[in-house]
Amino acid sequence: MDVSQKDKQDPLGALPIITPGYSYVSITDKLTALVLTKNTPTAWFVFMAVGFTLLMGLMVSLGYLLMKGIGIWGNNIPVGWAFDIINFVWWIGIGHAGTLISAILLLFKQDWRTSINRFAEAMTLFAVACAMLFPLFHTGRPWLAVYWLLPYPNVMGLWPNFRSPLIWDVFAVSTYGSVSLLFWYIGLIPDLATFRDKAAKPIVKKIYGVLAMGWRGSARHWYRYETAYLILAGLSTPLVLSVHTVVSFDFAVSNLPGWHATIFPPYFVAGAVYAGFAMVLTLAIPLRAIYKLHDFITMRHLENMAKVTLVTGLIVVYGYVCEAFFGWYSGNLYEREMLRLRMFDGYYPWAYPALLVCNFLVPQLLWIKKFRRNIAVLFTVAMFVNVGMWLERFVIIVTSLSQDFLPSSWAPYSPTRWDFMTFFGTIGLFTTLMFLFVRILPMISIFEMRTLLPEASTKSKPEGEAH
Amino acid sequence: MAHQATIESPLHGLMAEFDSAQALLDAAHKVRSAGYTRTDAYSPMPIHGLAEALGMKERKVAPFVLAGGIAGMLAGYGLQYWTSVIAYPMNIGGRPLHSWVSFIPVTFELTILFAAFSAGISMIVLNGLPQPYHPVFNTARFSLASSSAFFLAIEATDPKFDAGQTAAFLASLHPREVVPVDH
Repeated sequence: MDVSQKDKQDPLGALPIITPGYSYVSITDKLTALVLTKNTPTAWFVFMAVGFTLLMGLMVSLGYLLMKGIGIWGNNIPVGWAFDIINFVWWIGIGHAGTLISAILLLFKQDWRTSINRFAEAMTLFAVACAMLFPLFHTGRPWLAVYWLLPYPNVMGLWPNFRSPLIWDVFAVSTYGSVSLLFWYIGLIPDLATFRDKAAKPIVKKIYGVLAMGWRGSARHWYRYETAYLILAGLSTPLVLSVHTVVSFDFAVSNLPGWHATIFPPYFVAGAVYAGFAMVLTLAIPLRAIYKLHDFITMRHLENMAKVTLVTGLIVVYGYVCEAFFGWYSGNLYEREMLRLRMFDGYYPWAYPALLVCNFLVPQLLWIKKFRRNIAVLFTVAMFVNVGMWLERFVIIVTSLSQDFLPSSWAPYSPTRWDFMTFFGTIGLFTTLMFLFVRILPMISIFEMRTLLPEASTKSKPEGEAH
Repeated sequence: MAHQATIESPLHGLMAEFDSAQALLDAAHKVRSAGYTRTDAYSPMPIHGLAEALGMKERKVAPFVLAGGIAGMLAGYGLQYWTSVIAYPMNIGGRPLHSWVSFIPVTFELTILFAAFSAGISMIVLNGLPQPYHPVFNTARFSLASSSAFFLAIEATDPKFDAGQTAAFLASLHPREVVPVDH
C-alpha cells in the first residue's frame, strides 16, 4: 500500500487530491449521505429561496414580455442585440469550463478533475439552458422560433440560410447542449446504481433504480462504458472549442468595426474558459463549505483552478491587445474611431476601464501562492472575473453597435428594469437548478473517486501463481 | 418465480466475493485459464484489464461511433446542399449556391452529434441495458457491488460448470465466500 500511495503523490510536493485515509466504504458513505439524508443544510434552503425568488421574477418578466413584445426591453436601433446577446454569450461561455474539466482534463489524465467534474458538468447544462432562453425570447415570438431556427419541411417550402453564422449557432449550441446532457447522464449511471443500492425508502430506490437502468458493474459493461466515455471526451473536446468559435462568428463574420476581427475565435474560447473557471470557483467554494467537502475538494483543486483562471485570463488580455493593435494597424478610419470611442469618449467611457480592472488587474493577484490558497481572495477574484466577462460582452456588443459608421445613426442604449429582471431571473434559474441538483444527485462522481484510492490500483498481469 | 429457466436449472450460477480489486483481477485470470467461458465479474469501479482477463474480445463501440460520425457528416452536408442548391436556391450577395465553406460548421456539429449519440446508445444497448431484472441481485451481499465489494460469477450455462467442482474451484481462489445465485 505504501508504494501505491507514493505513486499517487506529486513529485513537486503538491497538496493531495483526496485527504488520505478514505476507503471504498467511507468515501461511498460520505458522498451518498449528502443526498440520502433527512438533514438538508440550512444554507441550502437559503440559496434555494433566493434562487427561486429570482426564478419567479424571470417568470414574471418573460410573461410580461410575451404579452407586450420586446419593446419592454431597452433594445433599439442601432443596438438591436443588447442584453439578450450579452447574456447569451456570458452564459454559454460559463458552460465551457464544465466541458473543459470533464473532457479535456480527462484526456490529459489530470485526475484532480475527478472531484469537480460532476458539478462542473451540471453547471454547463444549466448555463446552456439559461443561455438558450435569450436568443429564443429575443426572436419576440418564441412559438414561431422553430421555423425560423430549425430546418424542417414546412408548407411554405422555406429553408434556413446556411450561409449565416446565426444558423451555425443554432446547430452548435443545440449539439453542445445535447452532447453535454448525454455525457453527464452516462457519467451518472454507476452512481445512480450506488444510490439505488443504498437508498432505504422503496420509492427512492425505485426512482434511482429506473434511472440507473439496471447497472450492475459487470466487467464487460465497464469496458464498453469506459470506451464510450473516453470517446465522448474526445468528441466533446473539439465540440467545446467549436461552440464558442461559432458564437464568435456571429460577430466576426459581420463588417462592423469592433466585431470584424480574426482574433475573435481563440479570444472567445479563452474568455469562455476563463469565465467558466471563475464560475466553477464561485460554486465550488460555497458548496465545499456547506457540505464540508474539504477532504475531496482540497486546496489543490482550488489552486489549480486559480492557475487555469490566471492563464486563460492572460490569453483574454492578449486578445484585447490584439484587437486594439489591429484596429490601429488597419489604418481604417472607422476601426480607429471605434477604438477611441470604446476606450475614451464614447457613450460608455466607464465600461472599458472597469473591464480592464476586472479581467486584467485583479486576476494578477493569482500569481502569488498565498492568494491562490486564500479562500476569501479566490472568491473575490472569481466574482471580479464573473463581472468582468459580462462587461467584456457589454463592451463588444453595445459600444460597437451604438456608435458605428454614420454619426447620424448613433444612439445610446440603456437597459430597462425588465432587462435586469430577466438577467437576474436566469441567475435564479441557474441557482435553483444547481441546488436541486446537489440535493438529488451525486455532486461528486463517486465511482471515479474510488479509482483514486490507493487500494484501487491493480497490476494488470497476474503476479504469477507464486502466491 | 415463474421464470422459464427455473424449470431447467434453479441455479443462475455461483458467485465468489473478493476483498480487493487486485484479488478479483487475479481470480479472473485463473478462472479464464481454468477454461471457464461464461463468467462475469462485478466491481464498484472500472478495473483495467478485467474484461480482457475474462476473455472479452468485443470492440463494437468504436466502429458504431465511426459509422455514426460518418452518417452525421453526410446528413449535415446533404441537408445543406439539398436545401441551399435544390429545394430553396437563394442568391445571397452573389455567392455560389453550393458555397461549401459555409456548410462546414453545421456539418462538423452534426458529425459530433451523431458520433456522440452513437457512443452513448451503442454502449447502453450492447450492455443490454435497461435491464429491469438480473439474477445476481438475488444474492444477499450484491448490493455492495456498487460501493465496496468485488464479485466473480461463473454461470450455470458454462459447458464446464458443475455445481460441486466449480464451487470447490472458486473456494480455492481464496474468496471471502462463495454463494449460489438463484434465478
